[in-house]
Amino acid sequence: MAKAENKTRSPLFHIVKREPLPWYGALGVRAGAIVIALLLSAVVIMLLTQKNPIEIYKAMFEGAFGSSNRIWNLLQQLSMLLCVSLAVTPAFKMKFWNIGAEGQVLVGGLATVSVMMFFGDKMSLPVLLITMIAASIFAGIIWALLPAVAKALWNTNETLFTLMMNYVAIQLIAYFLKKFVKSGSGVLTPMPEYGLPILADKPYLLNIIIVAVLTIMVYIYLKYSKQGYEISVVGESENTAKYIGINVKKVIIRTLIISGALCGIAGLLLVGGTDHTISTTTAGGRGFTAIMVSWLAKFNPIVMVLTSFIIVFLERGAEQVSSQFRISSSISDIVTGIILFFIIGCEFFLQYKIVFSKHRKENE
Amino acid sequence: MKKVIALALALVLAIGVLAACGGTGDNGDDNKMLGMSESPLPAPEITKDYEIKEDFKIGFICLHDEQSTYDLNFLNAANSVQAALGLTNEQVIIKTNIPEGNECYEAAKDLVNQGCNIVFANSFGHEDFMIKAAKEFPEVEFCHATGTKAHTEGLKNYHNAFASIYQGRYLAGIVAGMKLNEMIEAGKITADQAKMGYVGAFTYAEVMSGYTSFYLGAKSVCPSVTMEVQFTGSWYDPTEEKNAAEALINNKCVLISQHADSMGAPSACETAGVPNVSYNGSTYESCPETFLVSSAINWAPYFNYIIAQVNKGETIDADWCGGIEQGSVVLTGLNQDVIAEGTLAKVEEAITGFRAGTIKVFDTKNFTVDGKALTTYMADVDTDAAYEKDTEAITDGYFNESADRSAPYFDVKIDGIKLLNEKF
Repeated sequence: MAKAENKTRSPLFHIVKREPLPWYGALGVRAGAIVIALLLSAVVIMLLTQKNPIEIYKAMFEGAFGSSNRIWNLLQQLSMLLCVSLAVTPAFKMKFWNIGAEGQVLVGGLATVSVMMFFGDKMSLPVLLITMIAASIFAGIIWALLPAVAKALWNTNETLFTLMMNYVAIQLIAYFLKKFVKSGSGVLTPMPEYGLPILADKPYLLNIIIVAVLTIMVYIYLKYSKQGYEISVVGESENTAKYIGINVKKVIIRTLIISGALCGIAGLLLVGGTDHTISTTTAGGRGFTAIMVSWLAKFNPIVMVLTSFIIVFLERGAEQVSSQFRISSSISDIVTGIILFFIIGCEFFLQYKIVFSKHRKENE
Repeated sequence: MKKVIALALALVLAIGVLAACGGTGDNGDDNKMLGMSESPLPAPEITKDYEIKEDFKIGFICLHDEQSTYDLNFLNAANSVQAALGLTNEQVIIKTNIPEGNECYEAAKDLVNQGCNIVFANSFGHEDFMIKAAKEFPEVEFCHATGTKAHTEGLKNYHNAFASIYQGRYLAGIVAGMKLNEMIEAGKITADQAKMGYVGAFTYAEVMSGYTSFYLGAKSVCPSVTMEVQFTGSWYDPTEEKNAAEALINNKCVLISQHADSMGAPSACETAGVPNVSYNGSTYESCPETFLVSSAINWAPYFNYIIAQVNKGETIDADWCGGIEQGSVVLTGLNQDVIAEGTLAKVEEAITGFRAGTIKVFDTKNFTVDGKALTTYMADVDTDAAYEKDTEAITDGYFNESADRSAPYFDVKIDGIKLLNEKF
């Protein structure tokens, strides 16, 4: 037997590209991944905390849906993450690695808060609102346009450029707060009197409606418009795009203007709609999480509603778990990590399958 | 087959490591504190002379979690009060890692929805969002540590709290002064070389009040002492705090203290062999050769107070500032291996003085400003956009710290203390 093994050294398994699965198969793989992730998390939770995992999952649902306030909060967080995800999607679809959404959202917010602060008492509310909207969109566009123009003209690396623009934005806000807040807390007192209007006494309703409308608009734009088609072609192959007469530079710049404008709107909604103030963490890492939301949904804005829901649900749930069971928030982070790992990992198994070597058995 | 076995082994190993991780943390309490004395000013026992309603709930909002010494101090107090009053985990709800933004308002609202009668937040920047929640839920009491707006906001259900930690720093200063005297007597330094260094976070009243009281404590036993202060511009920056401490040591400071939250300064002192007065808890374990003593705020008496007032149906003060008398200011034990002889007796004498009201830390007889005694000083007590100096703080011959609002407002630059830089 030892002889036989020496002769034929074959790998234990190999990976083969698989035929596209029917929709129910794909759904099955994804559901399976989530079930396995939940089971594994349960084992980890039991080992680390000696708590009943069913109770923990119950607390996660509680945290997300436990009261009408929590549901509103969930919807607000969902719509804000979705808004930033919508913003990065056209760029990513074009294979333009825009990891600068965080900064684009922040400058949008900074523009909003500056208008509120300096013109709040000088303008009538409608004029003020229009100025806020214009300023935030303009700021977001500038922040996205700089790397886009550099990429189009000199083929600079957009990943580095957009990444560094984030830090510039964060430092601008830090400077703004140092300059105008002297109390030592570094917290700019909220100015709700200059905020966006509140619909039906529900503070987050307007944000949610705006993002819902944007979702449909971006979906139609990407799927049915000529410009959306151009984005896909440039993403698939720049040479093909050039060959069929698409002006690639123009498409890059135009798409990034849309990206920046949507980020600016996210900043407007965060600052003007909910926070009424700004800090360096106003965007809260959404600029980066949005990339995951967008990729998981394969750039489909409607599916992005679901993927951002999963992420926000996990966040809200994890917060409740750590509060209710008095366990360090790192445990919830571990669980969130495991679940996301499986969700992303199952995409691999949708495209490839593992084939275990057969001839070994024949030899034996 | 080998590969399968290898895979299985790897899995077993991984699970073993995870399980091992889960096992740590059980044996945290039996540290050996060989050189440490009993604390001359320990946290008092929590007593209850009232009935707690069955449906009573209190919620805590913390900026970070137990990883931060600042938040750990609050969490420990909350846990000790919970245990002493026999409250359940459903009655004491703790939310950690709540940033100083709209999240704080959302967290407060969520705690109200969970039925909390009191919501407490621990960070300065939470204040505006607590006020927002307080306006929305007038039937719930909102209490905020370190804030400054309660006395001017005019809300019945919004309250600030702090502690007279300057008393604790004064006591720690006495320990430092005794150590300096020992060095002078041993001929290591001359009386003129008795210079201390202080690493501060920001040039705000909270830090200025702290280092001045520390200095005055040292001066009460070692009249020739001087001090240099270096600011880092951050509440938590291990590298900057270490650098600042090293710079001070290079400047011939023979003893260091700090008001910032990392181990930067204490560990720099341990490396250089320079005695260190710590803050917010003992650093004896990591720095057994140089740690002298540490003062800290004990929040348990305040928590007990607000829980008592709500359950008795009585009002909570807009500003509450506990001192030695209330048990809000505590000291760790003294490190016997480092302190000078006779230190404990001096500290105990001062504690008695504080209890009897005979010691006023900011007595104008004890310090001068530009060579003259201070007879009048306008402090910025009320928060306004212009930072107007609005309140006379000198009464009966002393600066009446924390009388008009709980958060410190002593920001006088006195003789003997040199600021090497300023950071806002």
